Amino acid sequence: MRVETAARPTVESPVQAAPVDTRLASLRAIYIIWYRDVLRYWRDRWRLVASLAQPLLFLVVFGSGLSSSLGGAFGRGSGLTYIQFMYPGIIGMSILFSAIFGAMSIVWDREFGFLKEVLVAPIDRWAVAIGKALGGTTQAMIQGLILLVLAPLIGVKLSVLTIVELVPLAAVLAFGLASFGVAIASMMKSLQGFQVVMNFLMMPMFFLSGALFPLTNLPGWMTVLTRLDPASYGIDPIRRVVLANSGLAHVDSLGLTINGQVLPVPLEAGIMLAFGAVLLGVAVVMFQRRD
Amino acid sequence: MERVAGAVIEAEGLVKKYGDLTAVAGIDLEVRPGEIFGFLGPNGAGKSTTISMLCTLLTPTAGVARVAGIDVMHDPAAVRQRIGLVFQDPSLDDQLTARENLEFHAFIYSVPAPDRRRRIDEMLAMMQLSDRASSQVKTFSGGMKRRLEIARGMLHQPQILFLDEPTLGLDPQTRKSIWTHLNELRTKRGVTIFMTTHYMDEAEYCDRIAIIDHGKIVALDTPDELKAKVGGDVVTITSQDPDEAAREIQTLLGVTPARDNGALRMEVKDGRAFVPRLVRELTAPVDTVSLRRPSLDDVFLKLTGRAIREEEVSARDRNRAMASRWMAGRRR
Repeated sequence: MRVETAARPTVESPVQAAPVDTRLASLRAIYIIWYRDVLRYWRDRWRLVASLAQPLLFLVVFGSGLSSSLGGAFGRGSGLTYIQFMYPGIIGMSILFSAIFGAMSIVWDREFGFLKEVLVAPIDRWAVAIGKALGGTTQAMIQGLILLVLAPLIGVKLSVLTIVELVPLAAVLAFGLASFGVAIASMMKSLQGFQVVMNFLMMPMFFLSGALFPLTNLPGWMTVLTRLDPASYGIDPIRRVVLANSGLAHVDSLGLTINGQVLPVPLEAGIMLAFGAVLLGVAVVMFQRRD
Repeated sequence: MERVAGAVIEAEGLVKKYGDLTAVAGIDLEVRPGEIFGFLGPNGAGKSTTISMLCTLLTPTAGVARVAGIDVMHDPAAVRQRIGLVFQDPSLDDQLTARENLEFHAFIYSVPAPDRRRRIDEMLAMMQLSDRASSQVKTFSGGMKRRLEIARGMLHQPQILFLDEPTLGLDPQTRKSIWTHLNELRTKRGVTIFMTTHYMDEAEYCDRIAIIDHGKIVALDTPDELKAKVGGDVVTITSQDPDEAAREIQTLLGVTPARDNGALRMEVKDGRAFVPRLVRELTAPVDTVSLRRPSLDDVFLKLTGRAIREEEVSARDRNRAMASRWMAGRRR
C-alpha cells in the first residue's frame, strides 16, 4: 500500500490563533460541560425511568408497610400518616442518590478517555469541577422534583407557592451533594473504587438524614450523627415546605433541632450551601493538581 | 531538501524519568513547518512519553521544548491552543453525535461563535463524515472514530497536529485512508504533522523519521536516506543447516550473515550478481532465497540489532504499564 506523497504545501501556515481570554474560555467551558451532562441525561431516557423505580418502591412497599403497622401511632394526632411524612424524604433521597451518582460520570469519563479531551483543553481546571457539579445539580434537581407528580396520590396538597419555594431548596440540596460527589470522584481512579466509597458514605448519609424517620427523641449518639449529616439540613426544609401548605398541623415540631431549637429554613439552606461550596473547593483543588 | 528555516517544534536534551526508570533519555530534534514527521520505534521506546511532553501533558524531568515557538514549561495553555491532539486511546463521547463532539471541542477551544458551524461542516466534509454527523459515535467503526478525532483535533486550526499511534488497531485499508486524509490536511491546511508509529510501512509516508530506541534517537533522516544507510540489497536465505550455511557464506563469499528468526540475512552491494554466486558456491542445502530492497525494518535492525516486529507481542503489556504509570502520575 502506497499513498501518493502529497505535493509540498503551497498554502500559508494556518492563521495564527488569536490570543484567547482564558477566564472567558473557562466560563464557556463550564457551560458546555454542564450542557453535555444534561444532554446525556436527557438522551438516556431509560435511566430516567429506572431512577424513578427506587423511590416508588420505597413509597409503595416501605411506606405502605410501615404506615399500616404504625397505624395512628405516627404523628400523634397531627393527622399526618407515615407515608405523607416519608414522601418529602423520598424526594430528598432521590436528589441525594442522583447527585452523587451523577458525579460517577467523571470516573466514567476517565475510564473511557473523554476526560482527557477535557483536561488537555486550554481552560482552567476549576471550570471542569464547576461544570460537573452544576451538571449533577441539574440532574438531581429534576430527579427529585419529578416526584412531585405523585403528591395527589400521597394526599399532599401542593400550591404554586410550595413549588416556587421547593425549587431553590431542591437546588441547594442537589448542589451540596453533587459537589460532594465531584470531590470524591476527583480522587477516585476506578469505577469500583468510587462505588465502594460511595456506598460507605451514601447509605449512612441517607439513613441519618431524617428521610425515613423524624430526628427527634433519638438516642444521644444518634442525635449527634444526624446533626453531622449534611443531608439532614437539605431534607428537613424540603419536608417542612412540602407539608406546611397542605394544612397538616405541627409540621415544624418534626423539624430539625439543635439544642431543642428548631432551625429556620433559610439557616438550613445556608448550611447546605456552605457545605456544597467547601466541597466544590476541594474538588477544584483536586482537579488542579497535575503531574 | 530545501525548506524554510524556523522549526515549529524544537527539543533540546528532553528527559523524562519515573523514579529509577528513564523513559526518555535526552532527545534533540527540530521539526520544520509543513512536514510530516514520524517518530518510529518499538512500543515502550519512549515515543508516547516524548509526544506527551511536547503536548504539555507531561512535565519534562530535564531539557527544553518549544512548540509553535512557545516554551512548553512556560505557557502550556498557549501551546495547547496552537496544537491539535489525537490520542492513542479513544477519547470521544460515544453517547453524543459526531457533531455534538465537535461542538463540545469548539466550545472548550474558544472557536469564535460565527465560525463554529462552518468549521465543523468543513472538517466533517474533509473527513468524509458529513452524512453521519447526526449519528451517535457509538455506531461508528474504528476508522470513523479516528477520522472524527482528527477532525476534532483540527477544529481550532492548530499549527501542529500531534497523533499518537493514529492507526493502531485499524485494518490496512482503513490505515491507508487515514494516511490519505493526513496528506490532504497537510496539503490543504499546511499543518505540520507529528506522529508516532511502530508500523514500519507507515513511516515511509513521512517526510522525515526519527528512529527511537530505549528513549534515545538513534537515527533521524528521510526514509530514503535511512534506507541508503543499510547499503545495497538484502538477501535472505533459509536452510535446513543454517550453521553450516552461515560458515560457508562467511568463508566462501566473505559476507557475515545475521540470524533473523531462523533465517540468514545479509546486506550486499549488488544483490542480483550475489545470488547466483551464493547458489553456485554453497554446499549446505538452501531451501529459499529472497532478494529485496532494504526496508525500514532493515534500518531498525541494523541500528539496534533487533527486529521491531519481535517486540510486538510483549510490547502491548509494556505499553499498558507505561500508560498506567502515566495516568497515575497525572492524578497524583
